Amino acid sequence: MYKILEKKALNPTVTLMRIDAPLVARKAEPGQFIILRVDEDGERIPLTVADYDRETGSVTIIFQIVGATTAKLNHLTEGEYIHDFVGPLGRATHTEGLHKVAVVGGGVGCAIAFPVAKKLHDQGCEVHAIVGFRTKDLVILEEEFAAHTNRLVRMSDDGSWGEKGLVTDALRKLIENGENYDEVITIGPLPMMKFVCKLTKEFGVKTVASMNPIMIDGTGMCGGCRLTVGGKTRFACVDGPEFDGHEIDFDEAMARGATYRDFERHAYEETCNLLAKEVQ
Amino acid sequence: MPNMMPTKHPMPHQAAEERKSNFQEVALGYDEATAVDEAKRCLNCKHKPCMTGCPVHIHIPEFIHAVSEGDFEEAYRIISLTSSLPAVCGRVCPQESQCEQKCVRGMKGEAVAIGRLERFVADWHAAHAAEAPVKPVSNGHKVAVVGSGPSGLSCAGDLAKKGYDVTVFEALHLPGGVLVYGIPEFRLPKAIVAREIETLKALGVKVETNVVIGRTLTIDELMQEQGFEAVFIGSGAGLPKFMNIPGENLKGVYSANEFLTRMNLMKAYKPDSATPIQHGSKVAVVGGGNVAMDAARCARRLGAEVTVIYRRTAAELPARKEEVEHAQEEGIQFRFLTNPVSVLGDDKGWVSGIRCQQMELGEPDASGRRRPVAVEGSEQDLPADCVIMALGTSPNPLIKSTTEGLETQKWGGIVVQEDTGATSREGVYAGGDAVTGAATVILAMGAGKTAAAAMDAYVQEKAMEEQ
Repeated sequence: MYKILEKKALNPTVTLMRIDAPLVARKAEPGQFIILRVDEDGERIPLTVADYDRETGSVTIIFQIVGATTAKLNHLTEGEYIHDFVGPLGRATHTEGLHKVAVVGGGVGCAIAFPVAKKLHDQGCEVHAIVGFRTKDLVILEEEFAAHTNRLVRMSDDGSWGEKGLVTDALRKLIENGENYDEVITIGPLPMMKFVCKLTKEFGVKTVASMNPIMIDGTGMCGGCRLTVGGKTRFACVDGPEFDGHEIDFDEAMARGATYRDFERHAYEETCNLLAKEVQ
Repeated sequence: MPNMMPTKHPMPHQAAEERKSNFQEVALGYDEATAVDEAKRCLNCKHKPCMTGCPVHIHIPEFIHAVSEGDFEEAYRIISLTSSLPAVCGRVCPQESQCEQKCVRGMKGEAVAIGRLERFVADWHAAHAAEAPVKPVSNGHKVAVVGSGPSGLSCAGDLAKKGYDVTVFEALHLPGGVLVYGIPEFRLPKAIVAREIETLKALGVKVETNVVIGRTLTIDELMQEQGFEAVFIGSGAGLPKFMNIPGENLKGVYSANEFLTRMNLMKAYKPDSATPIQHGSKVAVVGGGNVAMDAARCARRLGAEVTVIYRRTAAELPARKEEVEHAQEEGIQFRFLTNPVSVLGDDKGWVSGIRCQQMELGEPDASGRRRPVAVEGSEQDLPADCVIMALGTSPNPLIKSTTEGLETQKWGGIVVQEDTGATSREGVYAGGDAVTGAATVILAMGAGKTAAAAMDAYVQEKAMEEQ
């Protein structure tokens, strides 16, 4: 059992939790993920590590309430326990030898993009963060990005925060204005990453995308997380979760990600009803 | 007087018509009278040929003799001397190619039903024994076991019995490895696995779930920081193999590992399960091993019409005969000499069928089996909305990639000395699928046992040197 040390709503649908997990905290690096089960009969879901504190032994996760499991997780409060919490899984983001990087994050993906940006920045790398949200109310980690990057470009779909437009618009402008990035690291919804990669391919800028496919064990056993990268089958849990964005078959990843959409919608509604009843 | 009946007492089964839609155990087990009568078929041979067929060297004639006298607890004690998981082995061992193959009674008629008797004894003990096993006196040495599948549990059990302080590290949330994620409930009820693990815990074995060796901790950390004097790696099967044919990543294509993990570990067959699984109406299972049979029979129980597609003939099926027969009784179809060339999809990215070609058997290959060769122009499409690939696995890369100096085969299996399980790293031993690639529960248990003896010798010798 893993204690919830802190819980904070970052926006109406995104929650931060700091979990007591010393073994995971000792090893975790940006880019890696954990798998948790909320309760004894819960499903296993992967969540990327948002932060860690090796001293106090805590690991921070940031999640969007999208389904039954995240709704149940969000129902827990400080001092309560998560049944299972295992990690760190996957490979850490490769940060060595990078001098200038654009980190492109979208939505809750910014929670994963942030520790990567911070680590690069701490290493003395010049970091430009381009972060996009649908609207102002959904913005998370603005201050954190501002404090740990050399340049922060704010984008929103409706123009209520920063500039109106897509992160790809901003990235194109920066590259066209002569910014020479060693690498672009992108984390967010699959369609966003797909178009970021399409753009950077055009300019020949190496791009790494962080994938979050369906997963069960997360240790290289079930094969559910497979992706096609460069025409070959790769496993996000042991080969990734980050891959060369120019090689990923995003359309396939999007289709596979929707495998259980009907089941999930139904389970989410059931859970919401159940939680609502409990509250009453 | 021995019972000279030429055939075994048949195993009572749940009727096929009934069991094809439930997940309760198929085989129901002997009652006391049947067990005693079957035990009397044993001739108690002096040279004990059956024992040479048992990877964990159970004292077979002795335990059967105890059964024939109605002393079931004594029979259990005898089995427990060498086996850590009797209730499991009695259910999933391929006895027909091991102990029972060597049985003298098998020369004229059928072998003594050793497996069924072992199962009976273990179940009788569980139902009647009141006392937990006594924890052995500590010998003051600490060892680690990576993975809680058959090889790890067998190794842990043997070392615990010798007084070692044993910690088993398990990556998943439940211990048992393939016994819980792979083998279905109807062949091996999970309550039985849990009970066997409780028995090991009573012997003092500690089980740490949610620890991935190679990620959460490394082998080096276990030895250098945590004071484990020897480590056994029983990390099991690894990444599933695919055919690398078009359409394999369509929605509705599973590896057998994924399908079975959802079914067994995550209990996706239960209507209220939090973990989803596709309830296909026409399921094609590709492969002919025990895992393929398990996947097919699970899919059948979810209500599907199931076809097993295998590229050789019935005679070459690697699955146990009993499993194939059970599958057939449950209405599972087999298409032999058939090999998929692509998985077909609909416009929404779901599986709609599987394109196969006809095969014929050619010259024998390296395995000695005749190689299947495609028949030109024989392609045909079979309808399917779910495809399960049961083609075996390749070893997990996590430990290999994080343990310096650990020698592995080209295909990824850990290199060990066969008689000890010793790896290229001092104090590090390995066994089970991580060494051999996909094999059986009992071979893995045998490897765990071999390594336990070698680890004991290693630790004791080292302690002597230090004195």
